Amino acid sequence: MALPHGYEMVIGLEVHAQVTTKSKLFSGSSTAFGAEPNTQANEIDLGMPGMLPVLNAGAVEAGIKLGLAIGAAINPASVFARKNYYYPDLPKGYQISQYDEPIVKGGQLEIQVEGQPARTIAITRMHLEEDAGKSIHDLGPVNVSYVDLNRAGVPLMEIVSEPDLRTPEEAGAYMKKLRTLLRWLGICDGDMEKGNLRCDANISVRKPGEPFRTRCEIKNLNSIRHIMHAIQHEAERQVEIYEKGGTVSQETRLWDPDNEETRTLRSKEDAHDYRYFPDPDLLPVRIEPARIARVQATMPTLPDVLAQEFAALGLSHEDITLLTSDITYAAYFNQMRAAGAESKLAANWMMGELFGALNKREISLEQSPVSAAQLAGLVKLITEGTISGKIAKQVFAEMLEKGSEAAAIVAALGLTQISDEGALRAACEKAVAANPDAVAKFKGGNERIFGSFVGYVMKETKGQANPERVNAILKELLA
Amino acid sequence: MSQHLLTLTATQALEKLRSKEISATELTQASLARLEARKGLNAALTITAESALAQAQAADAAIAKGETAGKPLLGLPVGVKDLFCTQGIRTTAASKMLENFVPAYESTVTAKLWAAGAVNVAKLNMDEYAMGGSGENSAFGPTKNPWDEARVPGGSSSGSAAAVADYQCFAATGSDTGGSIRQPAAFTGTVGIKPTYGRCSRWGMVAFASSLDQAGVFGRTVADAALMLHTIAGHDPKDSTSAPLEVPNWPQTLGQLNIKGLRIGLPKEYFIEGLNPEIRTAVLGAAKAFEAQGAEIVEISLPSTPYAVAAYYIVAPAEAASNLARYDGMRYGLRVEGKNLVETYTNSRTAGFGDEVKRRIMVGNYALSSGYYDAYYTKAMQARTLIANEFAAAFEKVDVLFCPTAPSLPFKIGAKANDPVSLYLEDAFTIPASMAGLPGISVPCAMGAEEGTALPIGLQILGPRWGEEKILQVAHAWEHLRGAFTIPFKS
Repeated sequence: MALPHGYEMVIGLEVHAQVTTKSKLFSGSSTAFGAEPNTQANEIDLGMPGMLPVLNAGAVEAGIKLGLAIGAAINPASVFARKNYYYPDLPKGYQISQYDEPIVKGGQLEIQVEGQPARTIAITRMHLEEDAGKSIHDLGPVNVSYVDLNRAGVPLMEIVSEPDLRTPEEAGAYMKKLRTLLRWLGICDGDMEKGNLRCDANISVRKPGEPFRTRCEIKNLNSIRHIMHAIQHEAERQVEIYEKGGTVSQETRLWDPDNEETRTLRSKEDAHDYRYFPDPDLLPVRIEPARIARVQATMPTLPDVLAQEFAALGLSHEDITLLTSDITYAAYFNQMRAAGAESKLAANWMMGELFGALNKREISLEQSPVSAAQLAGLVKLITEGTISGKIAKQVFAEMLEKGSEAAAIVAALGLTQISDEGALRAACEKAVAANPDAVAKFKGGNERIFGSFVGYVMKETKGQANPERVNAILKELLA
Repeated sequence: MSQHLLTLTATQALEKLRSKEISATELTQASLARLEARKGLNAALTITAESALAQAQAADAAIAKGETAGKPLLGLPVGVKDLFCTQGIRTTAASKMLENFVPAYESTVTAKLWAAGAVNVAKLNMDEYAMGGSGENSAFGPTKNPWDEARVPGGSSSGSAAAVADYQCFAATGSDTGGSIRQPAAFTGTVGIKPTYGRCSRWGMVAFASSLDQAGVFGRTVADAALMLHTIAGHDPKDSTSAPLEVPNWPQTLGQLNIKGLRIGLPKEYFIEGLNPEIRTAVLGAAKAFEAQGAEIVEISLPSTPYAVAAYYIVAPAEAASNLARYDGMRYGLRVEGKNLVETYTNSRTAGFGDEVKRRIMVGNYALSSGYYDAYYTKAMQARTLIANEFAAAFEKVDVLFCPTAPSLPFKIGAKANDPVSLYLEDAFTIPASMAGLPGISVPCAMGAEEGTALPIGLQILGPRWGEEKILQVAHAWEHLRGAFTIPFKS
């Protein structure tokens, strides 16, 4: 929704994405979600005396992947720094993060809001850091808080955009695009409900062409809907202040989804002095070009590249969007193509019949009882004229149940399409001969009755007659 | 009998253990008895009699069965500075904060000692969190110097130095951040070596200043120190700053020095006004003795030396302020409840930390705070680079540097208690090598005297990075040139 009085929004997002490593950023503890509180925290995570961090190479690899995917520079010597502050869910009294030398600098993401031209959003940086534990304040008696350190030390990527976004819709599109990319690369589950993808939004408003005005930061937005709503409401709040002649003060705010408003968390004066300095327990992270090349070799084709490839095949915008929203979709589709299925028909069958069936069963594509090669087999039977589209649906239903090959089902049930000219002609002649009344009506101008001859032939052939040939022969006989 | 046993060097004791002339149990009992009898020195914070005797019995059993391979310290009673975490044995860092802290894990350094067969007889006193140069900053009372109990034994590894000098154990671990092994070694007439930063694992060592902390050892001879250091050194995948390097066999190469042609540097910035004249004479005398044997003496200048102490007292407190943030009373250690979270933090830390620790936390946080970081921390790190570069250039010209370990003889307990800066300056000759990460050894040089009391003087020998072999060889050679140096066995 546009802002009143000709204001525009200036939005930058800081996204925290939990890296899908099995162990934590600096310790061997498990990162699995949902374990009993404090069962996945060892002496390093607990900040015991004399414990030291050792960097998880898998998290560095994930960082390189994202950097390559967004066209960024990989820092040959990034530095872990300590961010010092006190909180019970931060056992060491500091968070190991990156400060002036992040692992990834620069990069961009192309986004598109429905009905608008695509825009390129610049990314400032991405750095690796460890997550804090979780404080739980409303579980037991009043004034008692609990701390769960299972999350303490879990690796995060903090991805910071430039203030390039101008509408809540763009912010939503950016988040969706980023989430897809993170999942595509297999480096983050992207599940905002579980909190493994979180977002802070920086918002200011201005009249177009003006320099930036004071911004406010909204913390911990945990759904795309919340991000968009919070941005809209915060921008409106700021406009109202300006229009009343006031000034916006720089502060950190919280989004209250129940009351649809943002509230002050802390003002600039209360901001922490984090006393960053390079962590002396860790060496600079040296990333040689050879290591980048090794990671590059394991990278999947990126969704934007595939989208262009699919467009060249003549797929619809809608199909392309769906296929490139999830790497398993694209992979399934490409496997169908590799097995010889014609592209458009393959896309139709996959995203029509197959997705419909999977939805009904509430299972994912990876759990599909019909493999890409099997579905390609069915599509090929159609394009080769072995079965009709109608029969194909019957065969597909069998495949879903039994998981067997299309050709085997067709053979077993004798469903092969009859294209033999002699047999078809005989059946058509029989249909004409058996229905003199209908012939008379047809010749009298009732063209709609033509369908009853087709129906007769199909009944006679158990639906296996090649419908195109049946039409042609009947037309000839009735001419 | 037991006096005779305890005055053996570690090397001699190990020979007698292997030849079954004495038993580990016998030796450990003697050590434990001495620790009890000499409690007045306050060298030990925890005497681990029960576990020590169990270790000794296991050592005797192994010796009886001939299972001595890979166990160079089998049956040898040693002490451990109380900042090395020992599994199931309380580890206090001499702080009220950790008075009742019992680690569930073993530091890498001590694990290597036990794997080598050593017997842990005591956790030893120190300046709280290794912050101090006199041993007076312990929350559990100052350690006394066995040479004169009115005087300090130096610090921060005060208990390690005193226990070894007092024959309570044969050797001990220490840690050296700005001189915490070398200076107390000089003050007690023992041998103390701090290896190159990264030579030993810091895993399980209570941190003071991570970029400077390094484990090392005390012995009564260079050979004993070499044996101990060789046992605890080596790469540890659990410490990212420990170097993935082979550890040379120092005990074996100890006697292989050719003094002829050895280039000894004398850095002029270490022979300044304010240096005790006896110490100056002793150290220059040691250099002359080597010269007489064919060594070459080279005057060296390390112009940034005067800035080392100031830079150190930015970097070390900055790291300490952050390292000590974990002691918040939440998960372990002292907790003094308050009305709310901040009050509980404040109460716990106020009660748990001593004055010097608080002083350094405040200095460190100030140096790191926004707006001051560049003026202090960045500048100090630049000074550190300069210091390291000057040393590197010096070691192009010489093999080792000779200098005093400390500018003065052991001072009286309480003499500098109200003047932290004068105490900081006691470390002026040990801090530069720490800032550069270089190895250094202090070896008894000669005897000095103050108010009629004979007190030891330390000769500090510094080497280039990973140059432990050379400084051990030179120190060993000095023992021969110097002649016998015997610490009195008191009772």
